[in-house]
Amino acid sequence: MKLIYEKSSIGRPGVQMSSIQISETEKIPEKYLRKSPANLPEVSEAEVVRHFTALSRLNFSIDTHFYPLGSCTMKYNPKSCEAAAALPQLTDVHPLWPQLLGGGLLTQGSLSILHNLERLLSEITGLDEFTLQPMAGAHGELTGVTLMAAYHKDVGNDKDHIIVPDSAHGTNPASAILAGYKVVTIPSDEKGMMDFELFKEALNEKTAGVMLTCPNTLGVFNTRIKDICDAVHEVDGLMYYDGANFNAIMGRYKPGEIGFDICHLNLHKSFATPHGGGGPGAGPVGVVKKLKPYLPVSRVEKTSDGNYILNYDEPKSIGYIAPFYGNFGILVRAYAYILSLGCNGLLGTSNRAVLNANYLQEKMRPLFGVPYKGRCMHEFVFSGEFLKEYGVNVLDLAKGLIDYGFHPPTIYFPLNVPEAIMIEPTETEDRDMLDNFVEKISFLIEQARKNADVLHDAPKTTPVSRLDEKKAAKDMRLNYS
Amino acid sequence: MSKKTPFCATSENDQIEMFEFLGIKNFDELFESIPNKLRTDSVNIPEGLSEMEMMQHIKKIASKNKTNLINFCGAGFYDHYIPAAVNALASRGEFYTAYTPYQPEASQGTLQAAFEYQTAICRLTDMDVANASLFDGGSAMIEGVMMALRHTRRNKVIVDEGVSPIYRKMLKTYTNNLSVDYEEISIGKNGVTNRELFFDKLDDTVGAVVFQNPNFFGCLDDFTDIIKKTHDLGALVVMSVYPISLSFIQTPGAMGVDIVTGEGQSLGLPLNFGGPYLGFFAAKKELVRKMPGRIVGETEDINGKRGFVLTLQAREQHIRREKATSNICSNVQVCALRAIIYLSLVGREGFQDVGRECMDRANYAWNRITSIEGISPAFNRRFFNEFAIRLPISAKSLVNSLIDEGIAGGFPVSKYYKNMENVLLIAFTEKRTKEEIDIFATKIESIIKGI
Repeated sequence: MKLIYEKSSIGRPGVQMSSIQISETEKIPEKYLRKSPANLPEVSEAEVVRHFTALSRLNFSIDTHFYPLGSCTMKYNPKSCEAAAALPQLTDVHPLWPQLLGGGLLTQGSLSILHNLERLLSEITGLDEFTLQPMAGAHGELTGVTLMAAYHKDVGNDKDHIIVPDSAHGTNPASAILAGYKVVTIPSDEKGMMDFELFKEALNEKTAGVMLTCPNTLGVFNTRIKDICDAVHEVDGLMYYDGANFNAIMGRYKPGEIGFDICHLNLHKSFATPHGGGGPGAGPVGVVKKLKPYLPVSRVEKTSDGNYILNYDEPKSIGYIAPFYGNFGILVRAYAYILSLGCNGLLGTSNRAVLNANYLQEKMRPLFGVPYKGRCMHEFVFSGEFLKEYGVNVLDLAKGLIDYGFHPPTIYFPLNVPEAIMIEPTETEDRDMLDNFVEKISFLIEQARKNADVLHDAPKTTPVSRLDEKKAAKDMRLNYS
Repeated sequence: MSKKTPFCATSENDQIEMFEFLGIKNFDELFESIPNKLRTDSVNIPEGLSEMEMMQHIKKIASKNKTNLINFCGAGFYDHYIPAAVNALASRGEFYTAYTPYQPEASQGTLQAAFEYQTAICRLTDMDVANASLFDGGSAMIEGVMMALRHTRRNKVIVDEGVSPIYRKMLKTYTNNLSVDYEEISIGKNGVTNRELFFDKLDDTVGAVVFQNPNFFGCLDDFTDIIKKTHDLGALVVMSVYPISLSFIQTPGAMGVDIVTGEGQSLGLPLNFGGPYLGFFAAKKELVRKMPGRIVGETEDINGKRGFVLTLQAREQHIRREKATSNICSNVQVCALRAIIYLSLVGREGFQDVGRECMDRANYAWNRITSIEGISPAFNRRFFNEFAIRLPISAKSLVNSLIDEGIAGGFPVSKYYKNMENVLLIAFTEKRTKEEIDIFATKIESIIKGI
């Protein structure tokens, strides 16, 4: 498809933006002015609408396809939550208006949404306090490890490293470094859990904390989680819960009750806010009481007369981590979602997410020749190593699925499983969809066995076939000129 | 009538059959790996609401915001007009319910839009390369500083006080644990960078210097002298800019800036009480391999057809883990999409119309407001759409009184700057009419006289 710049023609008018002039503009000296206007497209409004409509149709999305993308929780994003977030009385509020009158009297509606959502997330996770400011999961992690550093500094602990299991998402180690810590990686045991003995060996007085997902990226719940928490607390380390897999356990267990001190949630996963083709998301962080003084400012507080105000006066706070109060529009969506689910809906949602995953795992097990190893949580990982015998790999299988209208599962992650294929169906898919998926994947494996080339050439039904990524990195054509 | 779990797709019949297939009797059996003693007793939140009840609830809360104000508050976040087609197109589920485009064949819509966005950012800023966006203008600036320090292998940064105090506070939080030597230079009397102070601090240990144009007070500057000396000493220049100003104002690229960042909210995004926003990021091409965030590149498929992919991924956390250029794993694609739709809709000429009208309104307001007795301009008359005035009373009390008149009267800068209790920062966009500015000026005048 042509680029919008290739559709441009000199002098072609877009949306009428010119209105009445009201003053004689003062001349700004030349040296402050750009020499020629920015070369933006010149395209009619109708053509712009057609262009972006056509582009949208080149995408797979939740609204159009099943997305069994492991670790990403691609559930349906309710339209009612979109409608709630689009209310003009919420979208048209300037973030600095709370500074204009009485610490927030103009924005009581928005502040009460923030306050209510904080309380709900606290109750759901079992952690005492929340900040809604982190703008994504990785930003939540950074906030969490920064809180860790602030705590240790304040109480006089001399810490130098954070422990992370090898199955962790890449953002965990990348975030830990930014709080000034070294990263110690612990291998997984044969069950896919962080090896407990190796963990104990690595743990010492210098351990600032441990970052864990539970269930982990393999969909395995670490049965020794309580022992890990206790051991870490013994050296005054802090337990960090990566909420990436929270969709499995909502309403069933609370990280705060088990012994976690810090937790981030990906609202764009468990709480149904859209992924947006790569963002924006939101990664609120919850903490236990002793970490409250370090939370980023501002803090939303409810006064005795029932008003909501912003408090910037927290001397031990780590300071600003976002310009304002977080990705407000995303927070409203999550708030609407939680209100819709209610207490029973949370548990019901996780139950069905785990049921769908187990159903799919059992159905697919024979296809991948995997022996029964127990139940999974909300997702599971198989190895596609056997496919190599047929001369194909999981990438080929993934590309083959595209031709049958399925977004491929996550592949080659986690890194500790060869030819990994990671599947997370979520609760918003019905059984017909799951059955259909199994049928197609079975067909593709059969096809691979008969004629590998068919899969090598996939996908064939998409606007482009397999793309040359090496060429992209070598040529570095990063914009149109 | 029983309440079902909303948004779940399993019928009771399905459930029975799925249980049977798995050989289980209830959900609890699926969770046997979780020790019973870890199980929570209850989640004490209200029962679920129907869609109608939920919407009523949120509408009721939303109505407690006061939104019918005439807004003159900017300070980096502006009340611009958003053409209707921006919402219509960005609301397409094919865009906003898609995942990150790791499977390029199934994501060409997202990828091409990002490529077009990157192109627009390069053209606005006159820079060589841009990424596919970061969280917001503040985090983009932080990433710019960190990239400059990585590139120069130095650990000292000098930040001008004309840079948004919000972004400076974010940067301080970020650098606090990273053995970065952070210094600020206070603003000059005329509202722009204090050269004497800056050149005094600048030496060959400095890796990054950070400026904003127009700066927080709305003042424009020509940074060519500063940039030349900075480069002579081997440091890189990071500049945060306001994209609408680039309709007329000298581009960072032409001034020789190395890394350009900024808040893209003005390009078709609502103010939304602080987010989601759009951090844009552009740089000189020799820095591309050190850039943070996602980058989309052009390539070909096996049949030679043009297509787009995420590229240079070897920089990123999912491959490099603790050695990555940044911990960031996402961009704000839908926000970047809104920006490229906005820029395509207004186009080359419409973008200048918007800029011209911002200057036009601000200019009219300057004439009108600075001629009020007792009010003087805080700095000189070199601005784009925002300027600071010095009042005979505290800026806070003035804005408080203006609220009663239905006016959000600007930002009292004393929240972030010492000894500026009487300084008020006021912003003007194409949305403000002559009548509104007249009312604003009249009300200011009567409030001041009344005291």
